[in-house]
Amino acid sequence: MELYSLLREFADSWALLLLTLIFVGVFLWVFRPGSRAIHDDIANSIFRNEKQPAAEGADQAPAMRPAKEA
Amino acid sequence: MWDYIKLIVLGAVAVLAAIAANYAHDLPYMVNAIVVMLAAAITFVWQLRHVGESAVHPQNEYLDSVIRAGVIATTFWGIVGFLVGVVIASQLAFPSLNISGVEGILNFGRLRPLHTSAVIFAFGGNALIMSAFYVVQRTSAARLWGGNLAWFVFWGWQLMIVLAATSYVLGGTQGKEYAETVWYIDWWIVVVWLAFLLVFIGTLWKRKEPHIYVANWFYLSFIITIAMLHVVNNLAIPVSIFSSTSVQVTGGVQDAMTQWWYGHNAVGFFLTAGFLGMMYYFVPKQAERPVFSYKLSIIHFWALIFLYIWAGPHHLHYTALPDWASTLGMVFSVMLWMPSWGGMINGLMTLSGAWDKLRTDPIIRMMVVSIGFYGMSTFEGPMMSIKAVNSLSHYTDWTIGHVHSGALGWNGMITFGALYFLTPRLWNREGLYSLKLVSWHFWLATIGIVLYAASMWVSGIMEGLMWREVDANGFLVNAFADTVAAKYPMYVVRAVGGLMFLAGGVIMAYNLYMTVKAQPVKAVVNANNFVPAE
Repeated sequence: MELYSLLREFADSWALLLLTLIFVGVFLWVFRPGSRAIHDDIANSIFRNEKQPAAEGADQAPAMRPAKEA
Repeated sequence: MWDYIKLIVLGAVAVLAAIAANYAHDLPYMVNAIVVMLAAAITFVWQLRHVGESAVHPQNEYLDSVIRAGVIATTFWGIVGFLVGVVIASQLAFPSLNISGVEGILNFGRLRPLHTSAVIFAFGGNALIMSAFYVVQRTSAARLWGGNLAWFVFWGWQLMIVLAATSYVLGGTQGKEYAETVWYIDWWIVVVWLAFLLVFIGTLWKRKEPHIYVANWFYLSFIITIAMLHVVNNLAIPVSIFSSTSVQVTGGVQDAMTQWWYGHNAVGFFLTAGFLGMMYYFVPKQAERPVFSYKLSIIHFWALIFLYIWAGPHHLHYTALPDWASTLGMVFSVMLWMPSWGGMINGLMTLSGAWDKLRTDPIIRMMVVSIGFYGMSTFEGPMMSIKAVNSLSHYTDWTIGHVHSGALGWNGMITFGALYFLTPRLWNREGLYSLKLVSWHFWLATIGIVLYAASMWVSGIMEGLMWREVDANGFLVNAFADTVAAKYPMYVVRAVGGLMFLAGGVIMAYNLYMTVKAQPVKAVVNANNFVPAE
């Protein structure tokens, strides 16, 4: 089989399947349980550090910290 | 030591460019060589005056000077690009404006690529580079990586613009739409673009935020994809190192497909993904609320990436392109409608609960209209990519109208919004000079776009119908010149719309200038107005 036909065959089958699975996988990954807190935190990250970079070792994601023990 | 190496390289470039100008086979090459010689000489003198100075890059401050330069360049090139657009629109309406004394330099054929490149790559490119530098620093909580490399990107890009502009008017072109720049300018673009990529990735690499905000994903995809598209589409072998002419390695239908794979993804990644990065940062910031749905923004991103790259063949319906490729392009274009509208909804709904801002804040109004035009042109595009519709719309003014509702409405308006957002912040001013002038700009631009798009719909559909009109015996009814004559009123309306858009741009430039010049400085942090080092 010439190279072109071989690549066409591969693109039409396994490559297509793989890319479709990755595509669907992204959707599932986005809605995974527990992602809401992370997404809320990233969405609000634009309201931090407006004037200057974060200091060395600063805690940039307070919402992501494990809950403090009482 | 490093300074002396730079001096030697700059001196050598200036001398070599002078020699190249002497041996030039054609005029655009000679003029470009002289431009390079002057640029190298100016940089040489600048470097000579700064030998031995150690560059200061305080990591507790953002590198904003290069962004300020970017704001100025974006505004300047915007006005230039709009002006050339008004000129060529007028030349189409009134052919006598192709003045005979400068025939071959300032006629429509030479000015048209000057207009498209000026608005896309000079205005749009500067807007993207400067906003990418702004957004990546704020969302990474880190200073730009690479010291003064960001300045190299800025000046390198301006040099590219000047080279391209001087080359186009003197006839230097590869004949590829939106990729007219000749081979040596293409190589220079690769160098500058890779530096841009390095600065961007380097800043992401040293970010202090745990996650990469979605705007940066869009910016990064735009930078990487444009690099890939640019290199593949410009694979050409120069005829001589002293000539601007080159021979493309692909030919015929392969070359056409490569060109439109590039061409459509230049729209997809330069004018869409990059500007979506702007939308996902500046709209939530101006509305002072986080984006409507962060999950939707991730889906928007990946769906756009997966689908856009296949849509190019819709530019080549009913040509020598295989039927399956043309159908593939059409199907993916139609599918692309969904993520586009997902993104539009995400942008618009960011204002939910803050819709009252539309009444009081002309900047948010501009951004909302911009997202509205994004939605309209991403509905119109898929529709026009359907073969049956395309058989009417292709090669007509409808296409031009479609492009401009996207470019003026979406890209233009979101950039204006970003410029209004950035100027008071970057120059530390108490708000804009005049919100009333922003409203004037808003209405001039919006009405200008509506006149432009509406006249091109009428003109395009009319000429499409005239071209295919046959009489009872099967003979074509209209000669081509009949359609040109019939389009005259629409061409005048289009030129008026463009003039209004340009007027809005001039008002913006004045407003931004006065903001810097006349607005009081915001409450200072200390005597020198320095941000305290922590």
